[in-house]
Amino acid sequence: MTDATANGKPEMLTTADGKPLKAALIRAQARARRRAFLLVLPLLAFILITFVMPIGQMLHQSVYNPGFVMHEDIGSGKRTPIMTNLKVWFDENPAGTEPDEAAFAALHEDMLLLRELRAPGQVGTRVNYERGGSRSMFTKAARRAERMDPPYKEAFLDVDEEWADPELWRVMRDASSAYTFNFYLAALDRSKNADGEIVSVDENRQIYIKLFTRTLFLSVLITFLTFLLGYPIAHLLATLPLRYSNLLMIFVLLPFWTSLLVRTTSWMVLLQSQGVVNDALVGMGILGDDNRLQMMYNQIGTVVAMTHILLPFMVLPLYSVMRPINPSYVRAARSLGATSWTAFRRIYFPQTVPGIGAGALLVFILAVGYYITPALVGGADGQLISNLIAFHMQNSLNWSLAAALAALLLAGILILYWLYDRLIGIDNLKLG
Amino acid sequence: MALPKHASTLERIWHYAYLVICALIFLFLIAPILVVIPLSFNVEPYFTFTEKMLKLDPTGYSMRWYDLLLTFGMLEPEAPRDTSWWADAWANANWINAAKNSIIVGFFSTILATSLGTVAALGLSRPEMPYRRAIMAMLISPMIVPIIIVATGLFFFYSSIGMQNWGIPYLGIILAHATLGIPFVIITVTATLVGFDHSLTRASASLGADPVTTFRRVQMPLILPGVISGALFAFVTSFDEVVVVLFVGGLDEQTIPRQMWNGIREQISPAILSVATILVIISILLLTTVELLRRRSERLRGVSPR
Repeated sequence: MTDATANGKPEMLTTADGKPLKAALIRAQARARRRAFLLVLPLLAFILITFVMPIGQMLHQSVYNPGFVMHEDIGSGKRTPIMTNLKVWFDENPAGTEPDEAAFAALHEDMLLLRELRAPGQVGTRVNYERGGSRSMFTKAARRAERMDPPYKEAFLDVDEEWADPELWRVMRDASSAYTFNFYLAALDRSKNADGEIVSVDENRQIYIKLFTRTLFLSVLITFLTFLLGYPIAHLLATLPLRYSNLLMIFVLLPFWTSLLVRTTSWMVLLQSQGVVNDALVGMGILGDDNRLQMMYNQIGTVVAMTHILLPFMVLPLYSVMRPINPSYVRAARSLGATSWTAFRRIYFPQTVPGIGAGALLVFILAVGYYITPALVGGADGQLISNLIAFHMQNSLNWSLAAALAALLLAGILILYWLYDRLIGIDNLKLG
Repeated sequence: MALPKHASTLERIWHYAYLVICALIFLFLIAPILVVIPLSFNVEPYFTFTEKMLKLDPTGYSMRWYDLLLTFGMLEPEAPRDTSWWADAWANANWINAAKNSIIVGFFSTILATSLGTVAALGLSRPEMPYRRAIMAMLISPMIVPIIIVATGLFFFYSSIGMQNWGIPYLGIILAHATLGIPFVIITVTATLVGFDHSLTRASASLGADPVTTFRRVQMPLILPGVISGALFAFVTSFDEVVVVLFVGGLDEQTIPRQMWNGIREQISPAILSVATILVIISILLLTTVELLRRRSERLRGVSPR
């Protein structure tokens, strides 16, 4: 090595077996990278299958609903295309065309097949998602389809006047292709009118925007409350000697380790109108027995229980930022004549801002997607967006709308998560 | 935190007020968890302290709700309590079956999450790991993404691949719970690997150890506390998870949280509180274990508390 340039011109550095050192080094580094990557690979594959693919499938479901184009027999799994004749008519005639006899004839043909497959309900449900009251029209028309005679337009209108409604035909046209963005429109309280223009739905049917706003508002409120409660105790924990603070830390970590359902149950026990808090207030004579506070099955229940549950997520990041702050800075400020308030405001507080950011962002991210606690203690007006997703999954069975709502929520969460990673870094996430 | 001698009266007042505020916040944190413990021994089916309980009258307390946990769902709960009664409880009591299911699911998902997570954390903590940040973000995301979204996605995914027809019990829940537990394993294990002295592995290699031996004899003992806390976190996550079970679990796959969920939604009885008490005791034990492990890990790595 030392006489690499001994004879005047630079010689290439080589390894013992004569390969250029640079190439050997690059190869060794690539091998090390590959080895590190191979260690992560099994987990990466696992997460791809059990996490990323399901979410991808959910996103697919939010733009894909084959209810109007494909029937799948539950027993045999046999798939039959349906509403094909109407599809042909839609393809031949541009949007907004008045449905003529040919259209109704196609519809009649399709109804016969539906009757045979026992699928009018499925098709009606799909149309019903976008136009209420349509399901019964389909079941009724399919029942009568065999007895119908041309002209079919009159025959259908005989069954129900509504068959002439241009909005119905707009919905059927949209539904006749399985891919649609209409569920996203619905999730944003928008729909298309008969001409295919995007308009807001009636004021009294707007629920989703209101729910998104409420979710954001309650999450901000909960984040603020956790900050208000978390800051003092994090400060106390950070300034006490480690012997005491480790002991007091149990008060923060025990809730963290306790089952979520247990904590929610406890709040139900405390907040019920016949519960511990009300009984104590009545017992102390603060409240009359007949005007007990209604603290559960409303927003108060959701806010109180969620503040308690998310408080550790605020305290832990705050604590880890506050612990290493050197107390001599505050002392120096005091010795230079600052009051204790000024010293806190100008010297101590600015140093804790990163902890506040980390804690607040984490609490907010977790609060926005909360499901269990609002479902149990929220009542009607303490529900968050997650609860509505669950409602559409389990009760109304409008899976595509549930998926669209979930996709919107996911988009918001991912933006916040990205922000968290940029500002704080995921590596700094600590547990206890 | 001690107050200096020259503190003004106002500062003294504020100092004590601050301590009182902190005490109240700590009370807010811990009281809801502890309140269920005495109430679970209530003799009446109420959720509040009866007068007898407040007077510490022994007749105000009973074990009837714990007894109900055992007998609920049994074929012959009134039979004399001999071996066949216990066999009946073991086979038929709803809560015992739920506990068995919870433990089976928790055990397998923990094994899966811990083994995959530990190996991946070893790779992630190597300086030469490519795309480290993006991959880390993806592996942690199951903790951040709302559980309802995960459950919805899994519901669609499992039904589209027809997993319910494979005939492997609990498979869907175990895979899902492992996914949810992985972030905790990654976080705790990478935390123990921070500041890991890589010259130790080189020293081991120079003494003739192959990579597996190096891992087993040098790395593993050092990261073991982190691995165990990660595993405990993963187990607790699974043991407490209800939404995925509700969405993708079969009707017979009752776990403790699911049973609690149903109990709370339908009619909340003090039997729920006795389950809650048992779970609180379990969480106290787990917290103690994790705390001891953390101290051990700090000692091993020579990071002593200030």
